[in-house]
Amino acid sequence: MNRVFRRTYSYWFLMPAAVIYFVIFLLPTVMSFFFSFTRWTLADWEFIGLDNFVMFFQEQSLRIGFQNTLIYAVVTCGLKVILGLLLGVLLTSRLRTRNYLRSVIFFPTLISTIAVGIAFSMMMHPTQGIINTALGWAGLPGLDWLGDTRVALLSIALVDVWKGVGFATVIYIAGILSIPPDYYEALQIDGGGAWHKFWNIIVPLSRPATNSVIILSFIGGLRSFDLVWAMTQGGPGFTTDVIASIIYKQYQGGFYGLATAGNVILFVIVTVLAFPLYRYLNKREVDL
Amino acid sequence: MKKTDMNPINEALTYYLVPFYNNHIREYILHEYITLQESGGYEMSKRGIRYMASLISLLMMTGMLAACGNGGSGDTGGASGTNLTLLTDNSQDAVNVADALKAAYEKKNPGVTVEVETRPGGSEGDNLVKTRLATGDMTDVFFYNSGSLMTVLSPEANMEDLTGEAFQANVSDDFKSTVSMNGKVYGAPVGATMSSGWFYNKKIYKDLGLSVPKTWDELMANNEKIKAAGITPVIGTMKDSWTAQVILLADQYNVAQAAPNFAKDFTAHQATFAGTPAALRSFEKLQQVFDKGYWNKDFLAATYDNGIKMLAEGKGAQYPMLSFALPVIQQNFPDQVDNIGFFAQPGDSADKNGLTVWMPGAAYVYKNGSNVEAAKKFVAFIASKEGAAAIATVSTPTGPYPVKDAQMPDNIPSAVKDMLPYFDQNKTSLALEFVSPIKGPGLPQIAVEVGAGIKKAPEGAASYDQDVEKQAKQMGLEGW
Repeated sequence: MNRVFRRTYSYWFLMPAAVIYFVIFLLPTVMSFFFSFTRWTLADWEFIGLDNFVMFFQEQSLRIGFQNTLIYAVVTCGLKVILGLLLGVLLTSRLRTRNYLRSVIFFPTLISTIAVGIAFSMMMHPTQGIINTALGWAGLPGLDWLGDTRVALLSIALVDVWKGVGFATVIYIAGILSIPPDYYEALQIDGGGAWHKFWNIIVPLSRPATNSVIILSFIGGLRSFDLVWAMTQGGPGFTTDVIASIIYKQYQGGFYGLATAGNVILFVIVTVLAFPLYRYLNKREVDL
Repeated sequence: MKKTDMNPINEALTYYLVPFYNNHIREYILHEYITLQESGGYEMSKRGIRYMASLISLLMMTGMLAACGNGGSGDTGGASGTNLTLLTDNSQDAVNVADALKAAYEKKNPGVTVEVETRPGGSEGDNLVKTRLATGDMTDVFFYNSGSLMTVLSPEANMEDLTGEAFQANVSDDFKSTVSMNGKVYGAPVGATMSSGWFYNKKIYKDLGLSVPKTWDELMANNEKIKAAGITPVIGTMKDSWTAQVILLADQYNVAQAAPNFAKDFTAHQATFAGTPAALRSFEKLQQVFDKGYWNKDFLAATYDNGIKMLAEGKGAQYPMLSFALPVIQQNFPDQVDNIGFFAQPGDSADKNGLTVWMPGAAYVYKNGSNVEAAKKFVAFIASKEGAAAIATVSTPTGPYPVKDAQMPDNIPSAVKDMLPYFDQNKTSLALEFVSPIKGPGLPQIAVEVGAGIKKAPEGAASYDQDVEKQAKQMGLEGW
């Protein structure tokens, strides 16, 4: 066995990938742990112990940031699961325009997030935006979508869902199509209706898809940044700040050590929340 | 081998590949080719063709790599000339200024070429400048902010000391104080000073019979009348959150009048915004504009560009802004520029009415550059009368020049004319960021909170004090 292996492939084949992985991933990760304990100006650094972490937790907008990050992650994740599942069911049914609709749903995923953010913040303009204009035609009062401190974060979350639901749908389509037809036949023999088909077969048996969607969109929600930055830059004031945008602003301020400490904290948070979630979800998966 | 004997390979070399590398390499290829041809004629062996092909492709690649490498480093092109590199930010105005200086300087000094490189503006640009300095890859001369931002670039290590240069005799002391550290002057002014205050639409003021306010109360009374006439009194453009700070920043003259030691005590952590009535007053002014409903309806969604348009088109009567807006107005609304006036943000007493002033950015010489002496000469030119004149050809001055004998062009906009009396009567004060190295990074957002009624003035001032603490600690200042 060993001889055969040695004859066919050498470990040296791993080298190119390993070097790239080491230089681009491992090294910066280790360095960021180090620099999070320093006052760092890129040119030189000074070791200051845990001061950065203390200061990061004293950041006044941090509580809003944590709260917003969680709300954002839960809202986008929840909506993507529900809408993704419903759209997945719709797009696996016998629809004449099925393939066309699948592309339409998936299309927003392909657009640059920044472009989406800019386009939507124009559409959500309180006086000139198309959304309020359309609401006005329907005789409904418009909202200041991104200016009103109560709805701004939800507006961004909705745009995130619009952009990301296509991806969730594709995962669901794959999940639903992989359910063996035997189950549907059994259902027909037992005389179950469409509701039973959905609730007793599709929902439990597309569990692996649900888990992937939850994990991906939850982690995505926790580290969301680009859309928030493109639409409000965390504003008005600090009302839509998420952890990543707080970190970014610290980086902009030139507080590299502090921002790095923030990233280490974000890394820990994502791990602490996502890893148990992943374990829990996987345990409950049903074997097909 | 006859020279006239053109064949496909030679042709390809001559016409297609020449741009990629120099004659030396081409000679070498030709030589290889000739050797090959003499050994086996044009119909050479397959091995020979393969050899040629790989040789050519190899040389093409090295040639292209070399070309890439040359792009940034400023290779001495001419036989006798000096080549200087200059880094500026990529805003249209900054690029125009750099190009005008380059043209004027090259014309005056044949044999010297200046190569202009651009970088992004804002915080991204700050990071880029810091990174290039940290990696030893800076241009000979670079334009960058004066004031507190400059002090974080480690001037001693990175910039050539310009204290003893002859041109400094003509530069205003106010300016020099903003590019100095530990008694050494490191920069030369690029362009005109800038002021912050309130731009106003003269036609609206005339139609409503208003006069330029000398106190804050007069200003608020004007606002009431403008509002009653159905016009937006104060233009707010808080989608670009930096614009929300202007009322706070422009109040520095009034703060300095009421509490002359504020800047010093603030830097030493002995005074705070929330605890100093004169400084808290700035936040109260911002809050008052919101409380009275003087902003435009969409002030949270409007941008800086929207604001300028509203002012020029008379949809809003006044816009608190820095005077760098003037070149933009002139460019986009040339027929309206003389309809725009300017006044300093008034304080509580009419006889203490003065202007908060920003010094222009500076030109710095990179200490470890390859052409330090030539770079110094170029910087001296930039800070001279001729340099100011060259800048004036492409950029509307936003205020007087900080260079003693520099002439203002004849066609200055009326808003700049409104600024001159403050300078003549010496009623100016440097903006806080020039007299204290501390500026909290969260000021734009905090200003939005106060200006949009999310926080009251005392809360806003207190949260700014906290924000400032973060920066002071990160800078390792004493007393924090």
